[in-house]
Amino acid sequence: MNPPAEAPRIGVFVCDCGFNILGVVDVPAVVKFAAALPGVVHAEEYKYMCSDPGQDLIKKAVQEHGLNRVVVASCSPTLHERTFRRVVSEAGINPFLFNMVNIREGVSWVTEDKVQATEKAESLIDAGVRRVTLQEPLEARSEPVNPNVLVIGGGIAGMHASLSLANANRGAKVHLVERQPSIGGNMARFDKTFPTLDCASCILTPKMTEVKIHPNIRLHSYSEVVSVDGYVGNFDVTIEHKPRYINEDLCIGCLKCIEACVFKDARFPNEFDLGLAKRKPIYIPFPQAVPTKVLIDPHDCLYLRLGTCKKTCIDACEKDAIDLEQKPDRVSLKVGTIVVATGFKPFDARRKPQYGYGVLPNVYTALEMERFLSPTGPTEGVPLLQDGRKPETVGIIHCVGSRDKNTNEYCSKVCCMYSLKLAHLIKERTGAEVYNFYIDMRTPGKGYEEFYERLLSEGLKVIRGRVAEVTKAALTRAEKDHLIIRAEDTLAGFVRRIPVDMVVLAVGLEPQSDTQELRRMLNLSCGHEGFLQELHPKLAPVSTATDGIFIAGACQGPKDIPETVAQAGAAASEALSLIHRGVVEIQPYTAVVNEELCSGCKVCIGMCPYDAIGYDEEKRVVHVTEVKCKGCGVCAAACPTGAMDQQHFRKELVMAEIAGVI
Amino acid sequence: MTGYLYYPGCSLKGSGAPYEKSLLAVFSALGQELKEIPDWNCCGATAYLSVDQDMAVAMAARNLAIAEKLDGQDVVAPCSGCYLSLAKAKATLAEYPDVRARVTAALGKASLPYEGRVAVRHPLEVLLTDVGPEVLKKRVTRPLKNLRVAPYYGCAILRPYPGVPSPQAPHSLEDLCRVVGATPVDYPNKARCCGGMLTAGVQSVGLRLVEILLCEAKAADVDAVVTTCPLCQYNLEVYQERICKAKGKDVRLPILYFTQLLGMAFGLDDHALGMDQLLRVPLVAPCAGVKA
Ligand SMILES: Cc1cc2nc3c(=O)[nH]c(=O)nc-3n(C[C@H](O)[C@H](O)[C@H](O)COP(=O)(O)OP(=O)(O)OC[C@H]3O[C@@H](n4cnc5c(N)ncnc54)[C@H](O)[C@@H]3O)c2cc1C
Ligand code: SF4
Ligand code: SF4
Repeated sequence: MNPPAEAPRIGVFVCDCGFNILGVVDVPAVVKFAAALPGVVHAEEYKYMCSDPGQDLIKKAVQEHGLNRVVVASCSPTLHERTFRRVVSEAGINPFLFNMVNIREGVSWVTEDKVQATEKAESLIDAGVRRVTLQEPLEARSEPVNPNVLVIGGGIAGMHASLSLANANRGAKVHLVERQPSIGGNMARFDKTFPTLDCASCILTPKMTEVKIHPNIRLHSYSEVVSVDGYVGNFDVTIEHKPRYINEDLCIGCLKCIEACVFKDARFPNEFDLGLAKRKPIYIPFPQAVPTKVLIDPHDCLYLRLGTCKKTCIDACEKDAIDLEQKPDRVSLKVGTIVVATGFKPFDARRKPQYGYGVLPNVYTALEMERFLSPTGPTEGVPLLQDGRKPETVGIIHCVGSRDKNTNEYCSKVCCMYSLKLAHLIKERTGAEVYNFYIDMRTPGKGYEEFYERLLSEGLKVIRGRVAEVTKAALTRAEKDHLIIRAEDTLAGFVRRIPVDMVVLAVGLEPQSDTQELRRMLNLSCGHEGFLQELHPKLAPVSTATDGIFIAGACQGPKDIPETVAQAGAAASEALSLIHRGVVEIQPYTAVVNEELCSGCKVCIGMCPYDAIGYDEEKRVVHVTEVKCKGCGVCAAACPTGAMDQQHFRKELVMAEIAGVI
Repeated sequence: MTGYLYYPGCSLKGSGAPYEKSLLAVFSALGQELKEIPDWNCCGATAYLSVDQDMAVAMAARNLAIAEKLDGQDVVAPCSGCYLSLAKAKATLAEYPDVRARVTAALGKASLPYEGRVAVRHPLEVLLTDVGPEVLKKRVTRPLKNLRVAPYYGCAILRPYPGVPSPQAPHSLEDLCRVVGATPVDYPNKARCCGGMLTAGVQSVGLRLVEILLCEAKAADVDAVVTTCPLCQYNLEVYQERICKAKGKDVRLPILYFTQLLGMAFGLDDHALGMDQLLRVPLVAPCAGVKA
């Protein structure tokens, strides 16, 4: 490549980041070190380099010292590379003659050893200066943003985001993908919501219907996103529709086929009711399901399992909607932005065997209790014991799986509140005496503490102490034939044994079990608890490290419905802001061929995952199609003659950088 | 380097003699070598730890250091108390460099370098993982059919250094019962305290705990309680008459070691299993055992 036209005049700017860097790295010493590096004509320190005065300081130095290259040593480039590139470019330097060195996340935040930290900061800056010396001016190209949006997950978060987008984004489509047969998510399971105790279906069902009929929304229910390629503004998405064995366009939801199925009794566990109620092989998940279309479970259906059945369902269907030969089908779409709203998974209560879930009778999870309390649930809204009696006493155990070093250390945030809600509803429906066992009662939120006060005045019994065990080993006559909850009452200072008829476990919220696969497909990251990671916890709570992909709701961490809806709105507006801007900048990190060196061996063609390299029969060399190249660098690494190189990551640059750190 | 090193501790040489007999008999019937650690000393038990931590850890660690110096095989500690003391010493030495420095210095003077290489294991877990249920089952010649058993673990092999899998809801004894053809009953108190030293110190409290365990087993209509620890066995067995008299209820039950249960099913001799040293033996066994 061409040598730099003018001799390098490099400026190095080292940030204190308040005490974040200064507290560990000896910044003045680092500045002195940097000033002495070859090519460096100016080096200085500032408290907050990203602040307005910090930015001005860089611009001023460029003028005063006639700088033509800039290095900023501060935080991670994911945070501020864009900021400083703009600053440099405003100062009249090509933004690709800038290099950012991370001395915070990679140095001061990972050690307390000041000597080592200072040494590491110096060698990273040395590497950065060597690299910037060889960098070349480049031009970013811009591309239009496809106005269509993909929303993954049809819970309250996905539905709200879809509607906000669809209402504002005329002429474009929102593709909402939900893996279950119906949208609605977990909220569809609830009878009432805290703290207002308003009816969940009264506020949810209209939204579900609106999603279904909105002209700008295409609902892909019972579907999975199987692949996502491309980049911000231009994603290629493939969606697989799982076979329902019903033609969705023909089915009118009359349910005659269900009636007619050769299975006279419902005998398979209904997933929506968490197995508490039964369904037939051909079923509708719940009465208000959207879309209101039946489906057949191939594991339960006689014909689909064994190949023989009288197929009475087919005869019963007047619309000829049943298609037992249906296969999965795939559609490919182009979208410009993606909203991920895949929600949470409830903690598996079997992991706390001392509470007897799955072993002792009448021990249920909170989500199961939500179904018992629902008028459409297995007991039509009145929780009952296994022998059919109404419970006289119920114990609700908070923090099951949460705030626990053995399982999840974090607080699941919503369980205190939903436990109070459940206590109220259980009392209302059964007249039972309810005991809540809590560690701390966490009720921050508008109207939440007042709700707790209300419950106390309703006569709720609360006991502060983590429950040790639920057992049926009775010691007294009063305990006989009861479940006994044993817990230390930490306010009274002794161990209590409380006999109850029924136990409800307030299970925490966990990441969905396939979060890792989703993360890989979308190139996102996860926090250590496994929830999807936002770009910045305070300032970019719904953005991710991948441009154009936003997250909302419980997939980002435990949260209640108001917070979920707020995030969904924010994610929609972030996507809209990109759509309205209309163009995105694409980094020029593409591969380039040095035709003189290319031997025409074509090794790179087979390696390129994006089909971006072609062969010129006449010249007998390869060429790169710039718009297809994603800058992965595989070809450059594979080329035996060194003809292939990647812009901004040329071999000399990388070697120079390595030489600086060793 | 086959077989295991055996750390008996004081109980197995005294009141827990039937445990030692049956343990050795069962291991030898399975062709598994148990080599007693030469010149072993007291594990320190819980008492010493509350007096002087360094000394207590050093005492337990001396046994482990001798084991290292031999072949470094796993150390089998049948007494739950010993198991706990050894496991705790090992964990303390791994976690606290200051304690480790003092203790290794002391052991060094006796030419016993300590590196923390040997594993401390309970024989119940060794039999189920290393030998395995399949091999055990093959060795059974006298299935203990119709024998209802309460599996009782006590605390020390479960908390805080679990010696068996799934310590919150242990199932090893139940697995073992099934291997020998017996029926393990649901015994919710299986991980509760046997009273420990309280049966000697604060008897009213200690005996109350024993009473709860025995009543619960009686209510489950068992033929025997099977234990993993000499102190549990002792507490549950010797105070029965006293509780009967004081409370006017019948709490008499045979209390076996799990190794005796296994030995019975292997068709080993009563005397070799120390059955004749128990106060009570289950009615259906060993003589009434039916041939498979
Ligand atoms: C027992 C209980 C009671 C509660 N009560 C209340 C209450 O009264 N008030 C309140 O404010 N909050 C309550 N909450 C919290 C509330 O459930 C959450 O705030 C809310 O459900 C979060 O919505 P979401 O859309 O983010 O996730 P979810 O409701 O979990 O929805 C996620 C959706 O995404 C779908 N999905 C997941 N992965 C994929 C994928 N890969 N592809 C396609 N689709 C996918 C799922 O099938 C699901 O439909 C309660 C929680 C629990 C556990
Ligand atoms: S094919 Fe048979 S089993 Fe399957 S849904 Fe139809 S009637 Fe039911
Ligand atoms: S919200 Fe309450 S119940 Fe849930 S984990 Fe936090 S403290 Fe425990």
